Amino acid sequence: MENLLEVRHLRTQFATAGGIVRAVDDVSWDVRPGETVALVGESGCGKSVSALSIMRLIAPPAGRIIGGQVLFKGRDLLTLPDHEMRDIRGKDIAMVFQEPMTSLNPVLTVGRQLTEPCEIHLGMTPDQSRTRAIEILGLVGISDAGRRLRQYPHQFSGGMRQRLMIAMSLSCNPALVLADEPTTALDVTIQAQILELRKGLSQRLGAAMLIITHNLGVVARYADRVNVMYAGKIVEQGTAREIYADPRHPYTLGLLRSVPRLDEPKREKLAPIQGQPPDLTRLPQGCAFAPRCAYAVERCCAEIPPLQVTDGAHLSACWLAGDLRERAAADAKLAA
Amino acid sequence: MSTVATRSRADAVPAPAGDVILEVRNLVKHFHIGGGGFLGGHAAVVKAVDDVSLSIRRGETLGLVGESWCGKTTTGRCILMLERPTSGQVIFEGRDLTSLGTAELRAVRRKIQVIFQDPYSSLNPRMTVGQMLAEPIAVHAIVRERKARNERVQELLSVVGLLPAMADRYPHELSGGQRQRVGIARALAMEPTLIVCDEPVSALDVSIQAQIINLLENLQNRFGLTYLFVAHDLSVVRHISDRVAVMYLGKMMEITDRASLYAEPLHPYTKALLSAVPIPDPAVEATRERTVLKGEVPSALNPPSGCVFHPRCPIAVEECKSVVPGLKEMRPGHHAACIRL
Repeated sequence: MENLLEVRHLRTQFATAGGIVRAVDDVSWDVRPGETVALVGESGCGKSVSALSIMRLIAPPAGRIIGGQVLFKGRDLLTLPDHEMRDIRGKDIAMVFQEPMTSLNPVLTVGRQLTEPCEIHLGMTPDQSRTRAIEILGLVGISDAGRRLRQYPHQFSGGMRQRLMIAMSLSCNPALVLADEPTTALDVTIQAQILELRKGLSQRLGAAMLIITHNLGVVARYADRVNVMYAGKIVEQGTAREIYADPRHPYTLGLLRSVPRLDEPKREKLAPIQGQPPDLTRLPQGCAFAPRCAYAVERCCAEIPPLQVTDGAHLSACWLAGDLRERAAADAKLAA
Repeated sequence: MSTVATRSRADAVPAPAGDVILEVRNLVKHFHIGGGGFLGGHAAVVKAVDDVSLSIRRGETLGLVGESWCGKTTTGRCILMLERPTSGQVIFEGRDLTSLGTAELRAVRRKIQVIFQDPYSSLNPRMTVGQMLAEPIAVHAIVRERKARNERVQELLSVVGLLPAMADRYPHELSGGQRQRVGIARALAMEPTLIVCDEPVSALDVSIQAQIINLLENLQNRFGLTYLFVAHDLSVVRHISDRVAVMYLGKMMEITDRASLYAEPLHPYTKALLSAVPIPDPAVEATRERTVLKGEVPSALNPPSGCVFHPRCPIAVEECKSVVPGLKEMRPGHHAACIRL
């Protein structure tokens, strides 16, 4: 299948007081039409910066995209003139940001914020765009749309604002939606509603989705393919089932082992990943995960492992990817 | 060092299990908002906690779960007496805290400590870790001599898994996990018996959460601590709790031991909550049935009549709109508030 989006060797860096931060460091992944792809990782791993780079929303002069390509339907977004990029943002690629309250304009009515993209991108008349706004509010489950359009964002609850964001992102029928996950912003039952809604809508409208999250449960429920990021690099890539059933990177394995699961008997002790998240201005010479890795060998501290095929389309950036399964099994036996 | 070490060891002796260390009886906390001021407006009452009772036995962990506005944090703050309850009793080691004066309360407070959700905003940015740990020890005159106090600070750091050199650092120089360890050390400095943990891991990265959970469990065993663990993550609560209480809009919905709550939840709200938790395994997720609740959590300013959960409840009947269900013992030790059970 033709790729909708191909990110090739993307590199984005920030100049900080502590030195250069390579937030996204030679990262490649793709999204096919209609599928849901996840970027998983912890704070500072570069997952949000990846999405912002695609939209070319990295703020200069501190932040710069210094290399790579972002091919959307075959065109490199990084070389487009600004006015063409503006046509793509919100129309072909839409973004749902983490904090709905900071990404909605507090002094414009909800109606204005919903109709504006339709008028600008699709050339609709005010009447047409209003009809479209009412239709799309209905789609995301906001009733009494006519009255709601005259209201302001502060008159909406957290869950409703999240629905608004989804409505805005879908208003121009984009081919791709980039969704930066709310972390603690939403309640459990509301989160379930929103995720189900988004999954249903993207299936109905045929939009592909990139979900950016640290929640392994959400990824398991909604993603077709998964990219695991650590310290600016992709460390493992594969289908959701491969990644969860047969993780080939010690970081992925560590993440899966460290969370308690409702469907398994309660464990005596959790198995955390040791140490602290890396300082991006002072990364070690070899693999960035090596200082925290339970399986690290000498080579890991000297050479950065490349992202390589382990089997089929399952990739891992680990020198020990081949026998990680055996080592992990031996480990589990020892623990038992 | 020796006196300090002896003290820690003395703390480690587990008290006889089973005696109730904290009992909350019919706790009510109303907040009055708006009205009467410069701009006028309508006065309104938020019933943040509405007739909640619970008890915690020495050495156990009670998990308190619920979504925003359910009153779980306010319940914790009332136990700490950071909020004066509107009515009801908070009986800690036999004494009703709501009846104590300021001086008496201060002495009791040493025994009840708190760990906050956001370790950054709960640490003073202008103080070093060492100063922050030494101050309460000095204020409460737990260790009077400066040298011994520094030793105690070092000991606390090592207890929570931080290097001695951390004493000279400021909060901004620490990672999130390290900051939370400082928060825990500060609570331990008072040699408490009960710690209210208010969402202690939800602001941390996934790989760090397990470290902190393991640390809390180790400390509990070592010092015989009792925890009230307030959280919204049901997987974490299941891991750490002995018993679990579920709140919704200021009301207690269900309270029982961990095994029964997760294996045989009775209340429809608990069932929906459990079903909403995604499991990190695509194979399991593909076959799982889920109940997705309709609607939103209503405003606590204007809670629904009858059972506060009825507008979202999948099994609500007409009667639920008018009858306020009381917490009833459905099975031994398993209480739930629902007229449909």
